[in-house]
Amino acid sequence: MSRKINSRPDIVFPIVGFLAFLMVISFLFTLIINLFIDGIEKIKDTSFYTSFPSRFPDQAGILSGWVGTLLVMAGAIFWSLLIGIPAGIYLEEYATKRGFIGKIETIIELNINNLAAVPAIIYGLLALGIFVYRFKFGESILTAGLTLSILMLPVIVVNTREAIRRIPRDIREGAYAVGATKWDTVRDHILPYSFGGILTGLIIAASRAIGETAPLITIGALTFIAFLPPSPFTSDFPFISLDKVWEVFMSPFTVLPIQIFNWVSRPQAAFQVNAAAAGFILLILTVLMNAIAYYLRQKVRRKYIW
Amino acid sequence: MVIGSMIESLKNLFSFSAERVSEMGKTIQKPEGEIKLEVKDLNFYYGDFRALKNINLKIPTKKITALIGPSGCGKTTLLRCFNRMHDLYPGSRYEGSIIFHPEGINIASPKIDVLDLRRRIGMVFQRPNPFPKSIFENVAYGLRVNGVKDKKLIQEKVEWALRASALWDEVKDRLNANAYSLSGGQQQRLCIARAIAIEPEILLFDEPTSALDPISTSKIEELIMELKDKLTIIIVTHNMQQAARVSDWTGFMYLGELIEFANTQKIFTVPSQKLTEDYITGRFG
Repeated sequence: MSRKINSRPDIVFPIVGFLAFLMVISFLFTLIINLFIDGIEKIKDTSFYTSFPSRFPDQAGILSGWVGTLLVMAGAIFWSLLIGIPAGIYLEEYATKRGFIGKIETIIELNINNLAAVPAIIYGLLALGIFVYRFKFGESILTAGLTLSILMLPVIVVNTREAIRRIPRDIREGAYAVGATKWDTVRDHILPYSFGGILTGLIIAASRAIGETAPLITIGALTFIAFLPPSPFTSDFPFISLDKVWEVFMSPFTVLPIQIFNWVSRPQAAFQVNAAAAGFILLILTVLMNAIAYYLRQKVRRKYIW
Repeated sequence: MVIGSMIESLKNLFSFSAERVSEMGKTIQKPEGEIKLEVKDLNFYYGDFRALKNINLKIPTKKITALIGPSGCGKTTLLRCFNRMHDLYPGSRYEGSIIFHPEGINIASPKIDVLDLRRRIGMVFQRPNPFPKSIFENVAYGLRVNGVKDKKLIQEKVEWALRASALWDEVKDRLNANAYSLSGGQQQRLCIARAIAIEPEILLFDEPTSALDPISTSKIEELIMELKDKLTIIIVTHNMQQAARVSDWTGFMYLGELIEFANTQKIFTVPSQKLTEDYITGRFG
């Protein structure tokens, strides 16, 4: 009798939990399938990927959108790694938390998670003030990359620290015991062993940043653009021109989410098809990035079992 | 009556503490022969906690010195003073001196070159801690960080170190395999090879066999005794039989103090201190 009553939660909870799980996953699948069905016409049309946006929905494509997204993300990944990895290593390996500098370290440490929770539009305003008005980078790919990198930084720093913390103390001591300097240890052990974790953090951060619209609109991304940045490649040696690379960085741009936003707000029903197709592509990009993150995590886990 | 005797035995249990140590005094013998390390009035602090109290001790050259004592007695703390491993963590403080002969440099001084010290005083840890790199790279690492660039020289030294640590025959065909593919005992011998590849003058062992099975343990013990010809060895161990088997000199520590330091044979047969005798005969520990 009492057994029966006691065992009831054991049956009820898994059912409730499974239904909740099903609901979450069905949201995602409904979204993907819905976008796919709505946008199928355009998804299978190759000219959709090679055309600029247009007033005519059947001629409009996402060329400037995906090129812009790739360039902006490349910049964002570059800047966030350049700043995020050293910051994470410093906090984990070098910070002593003593004296005046220690107070600063503690304040930064406590606020990194708060930074991750700041709404993206606030970062947009910050970037508008600093990169556009102060440094005069303009409404460019460079500014957009920097803006998204600020957004990604907290996630990268936190993930870098966690990856470093997973390396056992014994390994460090083993290196120090043969006379290695701190830098030797960081370069030969800390960085290589935590690289998988750092990469995972990067991709998680990037897959969030790739869908951001608000901060990029704030810094003045265009919603309609019918040209690409100039190609930095030249026909003669060394086949790449630094001036042209700079021009690429300083070009105006648009990104996929902004393109979608633009199309969704059009009255013509045909543009809704374009929006669905572009949305599908963006989702696939995000899922792909997460898949890569998962793969890397598994691979590194197998390599370094502590 | 019964309760009275229980209280009495409880009292005995608890009186086995700091005051009893000071009451019983210490017996510190000076080893004959050449001295490698000379510890003078050493106090060591973790923050405010005084982990080592007035240690005085002389470590003989090219002999094996064992440090024994119950958990938390400070034997590992003392061992890690010798290569300044405590410096990796904030809040450690040394008082007194550890003289490193023949030059007579003071290890406990904040002015010494810690990197050079760690090159000259190697360490093998409690748990085998090879790097997740190839067997070859593990042994070569100490040479590389100490500026050896000559590939041929590195190759020679790696082979020499692996032979000296009785591992060469087992790994010579797979030097590029990951060190984690080795067994626990092999990993620990690899760590010994890594430590001796840079030819240190002293090798510190921190309970090197506590994570190993009996067969691997006896191999490591044999190896330690072979290494005695080349360098001075200090070994911390929980296992009293091990201390008795391998060491020439033994120090017994209790609550951060060195209670007795004497010839191993003497300490295990006729200890001078009551506390030492109680520990060795298994009355506590």
